[in-house]
Amino acid sequence: MDFTYDDEQQALREAVRGLLASAYADHETRRRTAASADGFDRGLWGRLAEMGILGLPFSEDDGGVGAGPVEIGIVCQELGRVLAPEPYLAGVVHAGGLVAAVGSPEQKADLLGRLSAGEVVLAAADTSPGGRWSARADGVRASADGGSWTLDGVADPVVGGGAADVLVVTAALPGGDGAGTGVFLVDASAAAVTAYAAADLTRAASVRFDGSAATPLGEPARDLSASIATISDLTRIMGANQALGVMQSQVRATTDYLKSRKQFGVTLNTFQALTFRAADMYVELQLAHSMVDWATMTIAGGDPAVVADAADRVGLQVSRAGRHIGQEAIQLHGGIGMTAEYAVGVGTAHLEVLDQWLGNGPHHLRRLAERVDDHGLVEAL
Amino acid sequence: MQLELSPADAEFRNRMRELFTTVVPQEIRDTVLEGRHLTRDQIVESQRALNAEGLAVPHWPVEWGGQDWTDLQRHLWHEEMQRAGVPTPLAFNASMIGPVLAHFGTQEQKERFLPATANLDIWWSQGFSEPDAGSDLAGLRTSAVRDGDDWVVNGQKTWTTLGQHGDWIFTLVRTDTEVKKQAGISMLLVDMSSPGVEVRPIELIDGGHEVNEVWFSDVRVPGDLIVGEPGAGWTIAKFLLGNERVGVAPVGATKRALATLKTTAAAQLEDPLVRARVAELENELLALELTALRVVAHSSDGEPHPASSVLKLRGTELQQAVSELALDLAGPASLAARADDDSPQEGWARRAAPTYLNLRKASIYGGSNEIQRQIISRTILGL
Ligand SMILES: Cc1cc2nc3c(=O)[nH]c(=O)nc-3n(C[C@H](O)[C@H](O)[C@H](O)COP(=O)(O)OP(=O)(O)OC[C@H]3O[C@@H](n4cnc5c(N)ncnc54)[C@H](O)[C@@H]3O)c2cc1C
Repeated sequence: MDFTYDDEQQALREAVRGLLASAYADHETRRRTAASADGFDRGLWGRLAEMGILGLPFSEDDGGVGAGPVEIGIVCQELGRVLAPEPYLAGVVHAGGLVAAVGSPEQKADLLGRLSAGEVVLAAADTSPGGRWSARADGVRASADGGSWTLDGVADPVVGGGAADVLVVTAALPGGDGAGTGVFLVDASAAAVTAYAAADLTRAASVRFDGSAATPLGEPARDLSASIATISDLTRIMGANQALGVMQSQVRATTDYLKSRKQFGVTLNTFQALTFRAADMYVELQLAHSMVDWATMTIAGGDPAVVADAADRVGLQVSRAGRHIGQEAIQLHGGIGMTAEYAVGVGTAHLEVLDQWLGNGPHHLRRLAERVDDHGLVEAL
Repeated sequence: MQLELSPADAEFRNRMRELFTTVVPQEIRDTVLEGRHLTRDQIVESQRALNAEGLAVPHWPVEWGGQDWTDLQRHLWHEEMQRAGVPTPLAFNASMIGPVLAHFGTQEQKERFLPATANLDIWWSQGFSEPDAGSDLAGLRTSAVRDGDDWVVNGQKTWTTLGQHGDWIFTLVRTDTEVKKQAGISMLLVDMSSPGVEVRPIELIDGGHEVNEVWFSDVRVPGDLIVGEPGAGWTIAKFLLGNERVGVAPVGATKRALATLKTTAAAQLEDPLVRARVAELENELLALELTALRVVAHSSDGEPHPASSVLKLRGTELQQAVSELALDLAGPASLAARADDDSPQEGWARRAAPTYLNLRKASIYGGSNEIQRQIISRTILGL
């Protein structure tokens, strides 16, 4: 049992932190980048590819680096610290994860190789309008005609969808309710993609399929909902890592602000009512940190049931902590916390975007509550 | 980073699990597991049984009965002990005065007191707080004036937990009124059977008698019973209070209480709201346990050590929250708190209200939760 990074992990963190710090040293750059058509910085994306960051989750056979969950978590935390709008979680962890989980060897080698090299951008289309965190597709239907497949329907929100070259789509298989859900590749040009900005200004899209040509990932017509659920769980855990990075920055920014902002002739940290609230933010941060590290480590064991449990546990904790820390960060900054030009408010928006995209607090709590009599004590180890 | 315990630590844990369920009598463990009151004799018997196996004071120097364990092993020892329903060794002895004497005591004091303290041959009480000196401990007024070789003590202590059982009391006394208030404090060891020591009970809101006032009227204390130099009391007290907070987050016991509640109040587990409250508490306890593990694994991530204040603060909040849940589940049955033993209401439900009321103390003593927030905001966040 060990919660410390080894030397290589430390070095990875320093390298990613250094690169991101130079890219997003001031928050204004982040705002401009997020507001651009792509919604992220292609130059920075290329540098991440060169550093091997985009290929971290994928095996060397598939053109990746074959790193473990802890390394990917480190990258997500660093992206969160500076609120980088790059679609790492959506395009690499989630969409790439689906390809890695269910693609044929040829599909994986081709697509993941190009993804790792920064040559192709992916997005996962797995949510129907009004849908809520389900591995079952109900917004998009697949049809087969001989060997060729087409998709019809709508996926929304598709995070990072506007800039994607290839969409990784979950769709109901032909044959009615019992047939299950398959995963398909669709060239973005074969679908109608309407991009928009989410509350944190990162980009998502509405994607309409209208007889769009699709290629089944892996073996055609097989129900893949179990793999889809597991990849969502993994993405949830990595999303929690990203949220941790955001919360760390928010606690630091708030503490710095309390020490420097003067009102009534003294700095705000003179007022105990405020320092106590900062202390409570710190407590929440530490508890969330522990849970994030733990959940990340459970992935290495490879048991989907354990990962699913960890995803719910970290999802609930981070959701609660994110609300608390995000709201307090704005409140303790006063008016400046409300402005778009200041990182704290956008950070709070980003925490909510992560939650509502990947699974919010009540959702995870409901799943945990369903299982409450499966065990006596909850065991950490 | 790695989740599993090393094979050596896993074996250590299994050994603890095995020992704790065999060394201490089942009847004592059942008393703890069911949340009933332990008698003085049971506490003594249990600690002696642990001490015989080298399990009572593992964090002391090896020379005085300690085990050269890692922080993680001590954590496992503590968790397994709570899990098995073994009463934790008397904190005043094992976590407070023992480590203080081992660190600051003279060789004579160590030889005289440490073995007896480990074995609970001496029952210690903690005489720090006074009516006008609680959180602001340095404001204490009980005085000790030198007379020949002796000190003569006058004043009043309060909130002395289990002082009715105490053989000896370690006190903070003012030995110098001329200097800054922290600098004029010393620590004295006082035999509670000395003439002039009087212990008066205080009844608490749960109806129980666990705290007392201790009055000193011209109590003579031999000069060799001062710990450290005159005026060193504040430094020693800070050392002691630091230890007091470590391990004060009763994660294991709270987890066990919640698990027990799931079976005793099983019928109500059908209620989705109850399930949600249980699931929430389980999650928060897991986060706290993992934080304790992060602390013992020295993974402070370059930040100041989050350490004991987070654990004390949240640990006591969760301990209280589980007692609130128990009270809500008991409902009307909880009114039978002070009914006779032939009450038709179940024991856990009858104990729910007194337990809830009693546990309000957890966020007050050992440095109130407000003081913990102060420590976090000042020491860790630099505010
Ligand atoms: C059941 C029980 C057992 C105890 N056992 C012992 C024992 O064995 N030996 C012993 O010596 N003592 C013991 N204590 C005493 C305990 O340590 C004190 O009660 C505690 O330090 C608080 O002091 P106080 O009660 O005087 O409250 P006060 O210090 O008067 O505090 C009142 C309230 O104000 C808050 N407060 C105080 N100062 C500040 C500040 N600077 N900033 C913000 N808030 C503040 C407190 O948190 C509290 O909420 C025990 C107490 C209890 C309740």
